[in-house]
Amino acid sequence: MAKTLVQETGLLSALCVQIERILPRGLKPHWQRFMKYRFLLQELVRKNVRLQYRGSALGLLWSFVQPLLFALVLSFVFSAIFKRGDVSGVPYFLYLLSGRLMFSFYSDATSSAMRSVRQNSGILKKVYVPKYIYPMSAVVSRFVMFLLSLPVLVVFMVVFNYVQINDGISFGHFFTFGYHLRVLYALVPIVILLVFAMGVGLLLSSISVFFRDTEYIYSVFTQLLMYLTPLFYSPDDIKTSEGLKKILRANPLYGLITMFRNVLFYSPGVPDLVANENPFFYSGFQLGYVAFIASVFLIVGGVVFKLTQDKFILHL
Amino acid sequence: MAEVAVRLENVSMRFNLNRERVDNLKEYFIKFLSHKLSYNEFWGLRDVSFTVEKGERLGILGLNGAGKSTLLKVVSGVMRPTFGTLETYGDIAPLLELGAGFDPAYSGGENIYLYGATLGYSRNQVKGIWQEIVDFAELQDFIDVPVKNYSSGMRARLGFAIACMVDPDILILDEVLAVGDKPFRVKCEAKIQSLFEKGVTVLFVSHNLEQVQRLCNKAILLEQGRIIAAGDVDSVAAVYQERSGARPRLAGKK
Repeated sequence: MAKTLVQETGLLSALCVQIERILPRGLKPHWQRFMKYRFLLQELVRKNVRLQYRGSALGLLWSFVQPLLFALVLSFVFSAIFKRGDVSGVPYFLYLLSGRLMFSFYSDATSSAMRSVRQNSGILKKVYVPKYIYPMSAVVSRFVMFLLSLPVLVVFMVVFNYVQINDGISFGHFFTFGYHLRVLYALVPIVILLVFAMGVGLLLSSISVFFRDTEYIYSVFTQLLMYLTPLFYSPDDIKTSEGLKKILRANPLYGLITMFRNVLFYSPGVPDLVANENPFFYSGFQLGYVAFIASVFLIVGGVVFKLTQDKFILHL
Repeated sequence: MAEVAVRLENVSMRFNLNRERVDNLKEYFIKFLSHKLSYNEFWGLRDVSFTVEKGERLGILGLNGAGKSTLLKVVSGVMRPTFGTLETYGDIAPLLELGAGFDPAYSGGENIYLYGATLGYSRNQVKGIWQEIVDFAELQDFIDVPVKNYSSGMRARLGFAIACMVDPDILILDEVLAVGDKPFRVKCEAKIQSLFEKGVTVLFVSHNLEQVQRLCNKAILLEQGRIIAAGDVDSVAAVYQERSGARPRLAGKK
């Protein structure tokens, strides 16, 4: 075990050396600095994940239990009280759970990134550290917690017989080739969401150093965003003009969560969530749009952060 | 010709002191639109140039507000100077307000890794000196206790032990040698002496003139952001004594 770890890091450092070689001259010092401080990134992620549930009796189990309870409560409210049924053939509980996992990763990651620079002002005032490490570690920590909570979704897909409905295979053959491929497709919206959250997090963390209002405004905005994203309703429920629907679809989270759900629940027998005859679970346009928005936010967030970071210390 | 460790050339640092603090959007926009975003300029450092060679120990003297801490922040890279250039060669370990990088909920042992990483060291590098740090800080029995339950002395000891054990090329000390009880202080000075022998470069800020004279071989004296005296430690200390004696001492402080 230890030996493979060493080999892996050996491979990784060889890769890093290769990356350094092909980088243009101007980027090299930045890369070298990142390589020096990547251990800090690791330590911060480790710390955030460890401390998240330290002191609680269930510990890390909370990362499964919490989304589970959330989905249970909401599906009780909507199924028992509002008589909400399946969404396009997908059990309402699963529909909720899948959307909520994606959305809460986004909202947790961006809001903890937003606070990260101010929270670590004590260190930033004393020791030289590349400042972006802090928002970056906040997003990556939330990402790790999100990945840790994904098994709960897998478990309930098995419970609801979803794996069998889709592939006509039993749990014993869960990881057949077909499902492998499907997992890869599910990774695409997840990775794009990570990029998007990173961009938004960088942007917010630098703005909130100068204007504290950002934190209050953003918490209200996240609330609004939650209602504008089809988490507990189906996109088909939206009964407004086509124009307004288009605006709602412009929300990148709308696209990302729909893509994610399509991969998980799409099967030839069950009607699709969005009219989509595409065998690749999501359309090229949808993919292109969210990838474009995520990259724009990453670039804008990175540039704003870089331009303002020297002034942080004067405002912290 | 000895190697250069730190070189500053014509470094100036400007602060904009807002007459009123503007940190919310509403005020900012109102002031922006009515062109009332005015600042008082304040120069924390003016035209500071000096060179520290490898292995030299530079004491930085000056009264409160003379710019000592700003200077250390510029050297450690925390602040970027408004004008001028800064060159440093080697790893810098700042010992500014010990334990600023600790997470209170994290145990002492875990904080060693965290603080080590903050100073730019890998987990494996820290692992090699972990036991040494614990022993030096005399925290064997408390290493699994969260740092929030530490006394301030324990926290300072841990911070000091980490910064010294990582074996930096340049050590920045800001009034930190007043750590812990007398035996520990003696141990600290002994540790710093042994770092001297290894050829570490030191920048040391203190009001304790006797300590500066004991630890440093060179010194600069700052007043209102300018260097007004530089050279070997005893001659600068003499100027400092003369200057500070001329000013009435603040009553109430000791």
